Amino acid sequence: MSDRIFGVFGILLALGFAISAFAIEESFLSDAVGPKAFPLIIAAVLALSSAVIALRPDPEPHWPDFGRIAEIAAAVVVMVLYAQLLPELGFVIATALAAAFLGWRLGSGPLGALMTGIGTSVGIYVIFHLVLGLSLARGPFGF
Amino acid sequence: MDMFSNLADGFAIALTFQNLGLALLGCFLGTVMGALPGLGPSNGVAILIPLAFTLGLDATPALILLTSVYYGAMYGGRISSILLNIPGDEPAMMTCLDGYPMAKKGMAGEALSLSGVASFVGAFLATWGLILLAPQLVKIALLFGPAEYFALFALAFMTLGGVSSTNQAKSAFAAALGLGLAMVGVDTQTGVPRFTFGEVHLYDGLDFLVAIVGLFALSEVFIFLEERHGKSDAEGRSFKIGRLTPPLSMLKACTPTMLRTSLLGFLAGVLPGAGASLGSFISYSMEKRLVDKEGTFGTGDPRGVAAPEAGNNAAAGGALVPMLALGVPGSGTTAVLLAVLLALNITPGPLLFTNNPDVVWGLIAALFIANFMLLAMNIPMVGLFTRLLLIPPRVLMPIVAMVSFVGIYGISGSSFDLMVMIGFGVMGWGLRKLDVPLVPIILGTLLGNAMENNLRRAITIDDGNWLTLVDSPLSIGLWVVAITGFLLPVVVGRRVKAQMHRRRDTEGSIGD
Repeated sequence: MSDRIFGVFGILLALGFAISAFAIEESFLSDAVGPKAFPLIIAAVLALSSAVIALRPDPEPHWPDFGRIAEIAAAVVVMVLYAQLLPELGFVIATALAAAFLGWRLGSGPLGALMTGIGTSVGIYVIFHLVLGLSLARGPFGF
Repeated sequence: MDMFSNLADGFAIALTFQNLGLALLGCFLGTVMGALPGLGPSNGVAILIPLAFTLGLDATPALILLTSVYYGAMYGGRISSILLNIPGDEPAMMTCLDGYPMAKKGMAGEALSLSGVASFVGAFLATWGLILLAPQLVKIALLFGPAEYFALFALAFMTLGGVSSTNQAKSAFAAALGLGLAMVGVDTQTGVPRFTFGEVHLYDGLDFLVAIVGLFALSEVFIFLEERHGKSDAEGRSFKIGRLTPPLSMLKACTPTMLRTSLLGFLAGVLPGAGASLGSFISYSMEKRLVDKEGTFGTGDPRGVAAPEAGNNAAAGGALVPMLALGVPGSGTTAVLLAVLLALNITPGPLLFTNNPDVVWGLIAALFIANFMLLAMNIPMVGLFTRLLLIPPRVLMPIVAMVSFVGIYGISGSSFDLMVMIGFGVMGWGLRKLDVPLVPIILGTLLGNAMENNLRRAITIDDGNWLTLVDSPLSIGLWVVAITGFLLPVVVGRRVKAQMHRRRDTEGSIGD
């Protein structure tokens, strides 16, 4: 069933891709092929392979139960927050929080997770910023 | 001899303190990454790309660092195969078959050192193969026009799925998806924006480094989160290594095996779409058929350890041949290395050998040096690496995720790229669950624009005649190989793949 849904999704994706390809405005100075042809070929391959996937599905993959999916969703939310808050909080604090969350969700105890977070953050800060001179996001405290 | 003077120049480049230091660092990190389950050659190299950029390295030192990681990972994968019966990366899966039984018999030290020697022999011979074969391939490639290049790219995509995927439709899907992603941005020939949906950040196109790190490294983090596989597999086990030198009689018995499988592995590596996993698989299968008269393979036969290790290291060297000579990588890790070269504004391919001989020969010399370093590192110091197996993923994976973020942020300094990377991470996780291979996606985003440019150039030269694509014997030959390579696995591939996929380390692993 997963593959059938995936295949249908692929066909829709190919359709959307083809529609946006047709919407490309062509410049009056164009080569013989133009900017639309190759994207349209790709859309065709995408649609064809999606149709085959939908018609001849593989055995069902092992999907995790709802709890584990929620786990991944939570991790994604934390990562998105991390990306957004990085310039506000500064590298060290944001990274320590995000790494601690991931460590906690992977099964570390609260203290262990905190240590992982701080260790990762400070370790990366020392190696990448102080030693290698990479400029990282600066927060209100300058680190 | 031209070759030897080139090689001598290469050694002059490689033998600087900086390059030797980078090779040493790369070998060490590579072995660590190979040894740790969850990190293999392709995501290991992917995570380290930003490091190479932050160090402000030129092309040659950057390549030396990253190919040392690549070779090192091939060495390191065997350690957890032998000690834990869990391959550290996909190419090392065949080493479990005889390596673990040997360790159970109390011969772990012999197995580790023998496989170290086999890795060395494989990689050493393959580096010579690279020197001999790549310039020949360059001579052929110089005959290629745009139409032939278009056919060659098509060949790379059509054969790539052959071994790495169980379903050709899914590898075709992956290739088309990657090519489609490459189309995002301003069209290079006419200057019109495509698929940008008005988002200014997308005018430059998607950065393939962002895609690679997201697909390879972050998706691994999600897989571990999903399985909550936070404990180290080595927890609660104690390793008895024993003596760290293989007896001479064992080495002697394995020498013919190592030589044969090095050759076979190298050839498997050169073929597009095969890579090191296939190299180790066919090496093991062939040796089993050839020398296993008493049926000892699978019960701890030393030759069963030497064969896949020589095979996968030789394949790693072989896979560099098409990447350097044609600019078309045949495996996941070489695709990542290609991304590095492209990001450094160096286009691999036949012109690389004439325009940047220092890059090519410096790299080759560094491979020889790295190989000796790895041999030295992997036999006496193997105890150190076995201790690293005790690092649990609940500590390792946050580090992997954060290093990925830092690397991408360090290159671009934009939160937008981080968001794109997270998107690719989620996509990579979903696609791995659905058994869609990730390597064609990467290859598509890397080669998409070059492929389109060659198509348009070829047709424009011939005044809009599409038949020009199949106009020369060379391009017809390439198309025939491409189509055969795509259809053959559908017909005969199932059996081979079923055997290969019986022993995979984790669900939907990335490959090499």
